[in-house]
Amino acid sequence: MNTKVNIAGVELKNPVMTASGTFGSGAEYSEFVDLNRLGAVVTKGVANVPWPGNPTPRIAEVYGGMLNAIGLQNPGIDVFCERDIPFLKQFDTKIIVNVCGKTTEDYCEVVERLADQDVDLLEINISCPNVKEGGIAFGQDPKAVEAITAELKKRAKQPVIMKLSPNVTDIAEMARAAEAGGADALSLINTLTGMKIDINRRTFAIANKTGGMSGPAVKPIAVRMVYQVANAVKLPIIGMGGISCAEDALEFIMAGATAVSIGTANFYNPCATIETVEGIESYMKKNKIEDIQELIGVVL
Amino acid sequence: MKRKEIATVVSQEQIASDVYSMWIQTEQIAEEAKPGQFISLYCADKSRLLPRPISLCEIDRGKGRVRLVYRVVGKGTDEFSRLRAGDTVEILGPLGNGFPLEEARGKRVLLMGGGIGIPPMLETAKQLDAEKMIVSGYRDELFLTEDFAEAGELYLAVEHPGEGVICTEGNVLDAVRENELEADVIFACGPTPMLRAIKSYALEKEIPCWISMEEKMACGIGACLACVCQSKEIDGHSHVHNKRICKDGPVFLSTEVEL
Repeated sequence: MNTKVNIAGVELKNPVMTASGTFGSGAEYSEFVDLNRLGAVVTKGVANVPWPGNPTPRIAEVYGGMLNAIGLQNPGIDVFCERDIPFLKQFDTKIIVNVCGKTTEDYCEVVERLADQDVDLLEINISCPNVKEGGIAFGQDPKAVEAITAELKKRAKQPVIMKLSPNVTDIAEMARAAEAGGADALSLINTLTGMKIDINRRTFAIANKTGGMSGPAVKPIAVRMVYQVANAVKLPIIGMGGISCAEDALEFIMAGATAVSIGTANFYNPCATIETVEGIESYMKKNKIEDIQELIGVVL
Repeated sequence: MKRKEIATVVSQEQIASDVYSMWIQTEQIAEEAKPGQFISLYCADKSRLLPRPISLCEIDRGKGRVRLVYRVVGKGTDEFSRLRAGDTVEILGPLGNGFPLEEARGKRVLLMGGGIGIPPMLETAKQLDAEKMIVSGYRDELFLTEDFAEAGELYLAVEHPGEGVICTEGNVLDAVRENELEADVIFACGPTPMLRAIKSYALEKEIPCWISMEEKMACGIGACLACVCQSKEIDGHSHVHNKRICKDGPVFLSTEVEL
């Protein structure tokens, strides 16, 4: 049975990876899951300098999901290179570094700093809804998507994955813009902008007022967007949005995703990634699927 | 590898209007847990995704059980309050750091709890080998007072006391002053305004004070960065000034955090 998949020339032992921001740099979860068994670990977004993130409360639960506005708190690229990359190098898994920034120059600085680092892929976060500058500002305008993709491709030594926002009228247009800019792969979806009012406190449930919605409730939207993008571009897609088990992951794969990321599910089931790996294997065995390639985009 | 476990409910009783006391059977947690730590409880209704962090009120190593005393504040805790003996609940823990009992051994210790911050002070008091002055602060209705009376000298502070209740009318610090309590160390858990007042009292008295804090959490294990508090020193995780309450806390030296 073959569960290997290929993203922009990088071979993953299986299609299951972590979604940025839900798994730190793996250290906390390494007490719960054997990181060697994951296709890849996608790190929490890292910027050129440390970011303190947003005020608390930073999260709120909503029906079948949650809102977060962490605000990309991170230690900056220096600590990341000294501490987090060596930690992840102890494991036999691929390392995908999620990169965030406020300006094009910030993104470029991080990408250039990573050039001589032993990491496999870069995922560029142009879709965070929770920071005032950067983030989603780049991800909602196709011209900006193409421009920043092209800028980063000039500098990056590793293949570049552009992470797309669902908070747009037509995500396929953004996908085509990233492809035109030279992206090697796409990941989607980031969170959907939402809001919750605390009726007892009579104010916003989270300090940032709005937050990114994730969790099982967003999954049908994410599957639809993966399907649309798979029809629009030739690039490999990493699908995510509400995946909590193998059945969910297989929906994304059949809709056209080459790999999948587990995000919010890590918060309520620290073993969700491994269970998804095992569940995909049992599905393949039960349905006599020899190679996972047979399933990718099967509905397209 | 660590993982979630399924615990069996041993007993559940309502001990005040919205306050419940539940003993659950969980050998490993009972074996490892320290006072001031908490566990995550997961809802059976999966539309409620996130675990609820609940502090340990008592730890019974011999029987392999822990006691949770919690307030029903929403649908998740309401679900827990309906569990009966023999039912099961998914849990993870023990989590967080707990109170540093060694810092108080043999000393005069003020153990202050306010509202639903009172329960974790019980196991703390029970395990502490020291001169214990326990001050529990309530809005109106009392709970756990008999349990505390067995663990040390108990003083009550009640904002709106009922008739015949022997207590200080006011907050925990009013009770400390009224009873002229003098301590070498403070351990406290309660709402932020109470902790803020206790922190400044400890500064004024120049005594060390450890406080247990609370914030909305998602993962409970230090990964999601939801439950941060502002710290004086640069934190070890993100190298900013944000300590993680679930992982670096919930107990902090009061001078270490901004309230």
